[in-house]
Amino acid sequence: MYDVIIIGAGIIGTFIGRELSKYRLKIALLDKENDIANGTTKANTAIIHAGYDAKEGSNMAKYNVKGNKMFDRVCEELGIDFKRIGSLVLAFNDEDINTLNELYNRGIKNGVTGLEILDRKQTLDLEPNINGDVKVALYAPTCGIIDPWNLAIALAENAIENGMDLFLRTKVHNILRKNDVYTIYAGEKTFEGKYIINCSGLYADKISAMVENPKYELSPRRGQYFILDKKEGKLFNSVIFQCPSKMGKGVVVTPTIHGNVIIGPNAEDIDDREGYETTYLGLNEVKEKANMTSRKINFNETIKLFSGIRAEPSTGDFIIKESENTRGFINVAGIKSPGLSSAPAIAEEVVKIVNKLEGGLKSNLNFNPNRKKIINFEKLSDHQKNEIIKSNFKYGNIVCRCENVTEGEIVDCINRNAGATTVDGVKKRVRPGSGRCQGGFCLPKVMEILARELNCEIDEVLKNNKGSYILTGRTTKGDNYEDL
Amino acid sequence: MITMKIYDVVIIGGGPAGLAAAFEAKKYGAKEVLIIERNEELGGILQQCIHNGFGIHQFREELTGPEYAERFINKVKKANIECMLNTMVLGINKDKVITIISKNEGYISIKGKAIILSMGCRERTREALMIPGTRPSGIFTAGTAQRFINIEGYMVGKKVFILGSGDIGLIMARRLTLEGAEVVGVAEILPYSCGLNRNIEQCLKDFDIPLLLQHTVIEVKGRERLEGVVVVEVDDKKKPLYKTKEFYKCDTLLLSVGLIPENELSIQVGVEIDGRTKGPIVNESMETSVDGVFACGNVVHVHDLVDYVTDEGRLAGKGAIRYLNNLFNKANKGDYITTECGKGVKYIIPQRLRMEHLNEWVMLHLRTDKNYDDVEIQIVIQGDIIKTIKKSKLSPSEMIRLRIPSDLIVNREIDNIKVEINERS
Repeated sequence: MYDVIIIGAGIIGTFIGRELSKYRLKIALLDKENDIANGTTKANTAIIHAGYDAKEGSNMAKYNVKGNKMFDRVCEELGIDFKRIGSLVLAFNDEDINTLNELYNRGIKNGVTGLEILDRKQTLDLEPNINGDVKVALYAPTCGIIDPWNLAIALAENAIENGMDLFLRTKVHNILRKNDVYTIYAGEKTFEGKYIINCSGLYADKISAMVENPKYELSPRRGQYFILDKKEGKLFNSVIFQCPSKMGKGVVVTPTIHGNVIIGPNAEDIDDREGYETTYLGLNEVKEKANMTSRKINFNETIKLFSGIRAEPSTGDFIIKESENTRGFINVAGIKSPGLSSAPAIAEEVVKIVNKLEGGLKSNLNFNPNRKKIINFEKLSDHQKNEIIKSNFKYGNIVCRCENVTEGEIVDCINRNAGATTVDGVKKRVRPGSGRCQGGFCLPKVMEILARELNCEIDEVLKNNKGSYILTGRTTKGDNYEDL
Repeated sequence: MITMKIYDVVIIGGGPAGLAAAFEAKKYGAKEVLIIERNEELGGILQQCIHNGFGIHQFREELTGPEYAERFINKVKKANIECMLNTMVLGINKDKVITIISKNEGYISIKGKAIILSMGCRERTREALMIPGTRPSGIFTAGTAQRFINIEGYMVGKKVFILGSGDIGLIMARRLTLEGAEVVGVAEILPYSCGLNRNIEQCLKDFDIPLLLQHTVIEVKGRERLEGVVVVEVDDKKKPLYKTKEFYKCDTLLLSVGLIPENELSIQVGVEIDGRTKGPIVNESMETSVDGVFACGNVVHVHDLVDYVTDEGRLAGKGAIRYLNNLFNKANKGDYITTECGKGVKYIIPQRLRMEHLNEWVMLHLRTDKNYDDVEIQIVIQGDIIKTIKKSKLSPSEMIRLRIPSDLIVNREIDNIKVEINERS
């Protein structure tokens, strides 16, 4: 019997899991996917917003501003890169300038620190490659960039180290409640728990409907993106927004934490919650809008196209509360942008709710905030590189030549407590296949390592979920038997 | 402080270009020659090209890729040329100090008095073409599929569509068919194939595989594994004609849509790159714009026949020796004429010729910008047509080689030599 069962291993579920693991609680984290962070957390702009965007008094404003301040510490504890590179909102006309002033005032009310309105020259000094027609810009130094899926993976790993149980490929079919105990039927398994935290992203309304008449609905909203080669990585220094206007919210261009450039998203309301495709029209829209920000974006250096889907709640704001009718069922739903930025503060709030339900929580005295160290080979000094190769020769074998990923790093990411089991899982964690050749050279090698470490056949290795097989058996020549 | 090992010539990349360059450098007097290869064996991509047709020009024989490679690997071994396998070059600086990493050597630096770049090329990806749709498994570049099938011994799918009619794609159409897969079609956005004619005949026509000229893939479908592709006809400006949209059910998409020379290291050394070839600008000795740094093979421009890659490697190897023997006069560094791409010519290798280093003749390698029928290749110096060659057919897929006698150029006050394609007069 678990004290808390968390449904959904995205950034929200993993943050909550790790926060709860600071207390003496038996926790399970469930997800239908083959990996942590496989939904909205995997595909978004990967920025930590300052918090001037959301209306004052909203949950979005409150948790964003609070959450933003919490990133330095948690990233330090978990060994995740996080850079506060600051953001700019560009104004090109008088209407934009009005909006910008509104944003500034709203930011002040929301408690955002360091906001400044820059004139044209200051803006261009900061970002020489943007469109020279810019008039003024809103500067927010607290905005940052991060790798959201690696943060979620790190949070899950650390929570597991502190006692949490993780169950992947565990899709919740039904939930029953009897005598204050929830029974969850998921995959082939059954789980019993006192409290349920529903942070199942795009499916939170469906999960909620298993226990009560739903109080909210979610609709999928898709955004499409471009990722450019690292060659272009020096084009911009900060996260650059356009002014929201009648024409829409505008697109973002920003360096990524890995040194690429990301451009997007547009916003399309779609019907399919799994409609992760890019479209000609959507990509074109992003391209045209981005050209307003800068005419120097070289789309010919595109190395990846993707789309992400956010859960747009019918209430218009984050839903973070215990169900009114069903005790112990906590909804954390409709976590659209700025959900990533708000995640640490949301997790703290959820702990408060659980604390109240339990009538006080006892600290987990063994809690260790640091996860098992990861060796990021590229960041080591020359001397350290040599030492590590001497102790483990696999660090001397470069598997991915575009991103210079060593075999040692790949083996480690498979063998960790929430390790990768798929090609995409390895790519998410240590990046082979994220470079300009998109895995053309390293795919066979990564599959070989996965098969070896997971003790399976190479043609059993999957790209992502069940059904995403890569190979279809031996060639006739490769078939190794005597036909009698 | 560990002393850094210094080699006369360091060759980066042990494919056909690097092997030929290394052997030539050793043969002409270099003592310490080193080949650095990132794979576990020498030979480069030849090792996965198990079909035959290699070596017609070098050996007057049709060899398979591994057989062709073996002949040069044996020569290199006999010549006692040092090879570091499973070794990756991470960087080269302006002083020709090379940072490498491997299981055996660790993370170390070495120095080459001369360096020969022969890193080859990589395949263009779906992303480079910006094909929208989902991101399922089952999408491979043709070369990756070739590796899976020929080296690893695994099939990549059962029902295959191929985008692009480059040679690797054509070869793979045949290979997949022989392995029992069904190749439902090959689409080429251009009005003509990008592969060699012999491959169209032997790999598609002989197996009744349809070649759809002026067609392309505009969408990829399937959630986990590929379920099909949407194919359209395109107009002469390559614009899709959406009315012609057709869905092809398949579990695999192979991309054979071009190769890109791998010049990340070259750019690091400061080598000037030609926007047309995406490879280094080279002179008659295959020397780049950086003194003592040479380049050869597909890193310079993408070849269609390995035989000519070997020739280019030899040239670079010899060039490196001449450089080491101080035969290249630095004072004359800026003293060269250029080869100019006239009408109809996409690129010419080499781009620069230094009069005093020309042998009896110089070989120009060029490609046209499109297909031509009944035209003349004209070589123009100072406005004078000095040579005309009649051709009934020219295609960008077949490299043109022009052997120019040096006495046409040397001792003349000229800045450039131009090649153009003209209608037959």
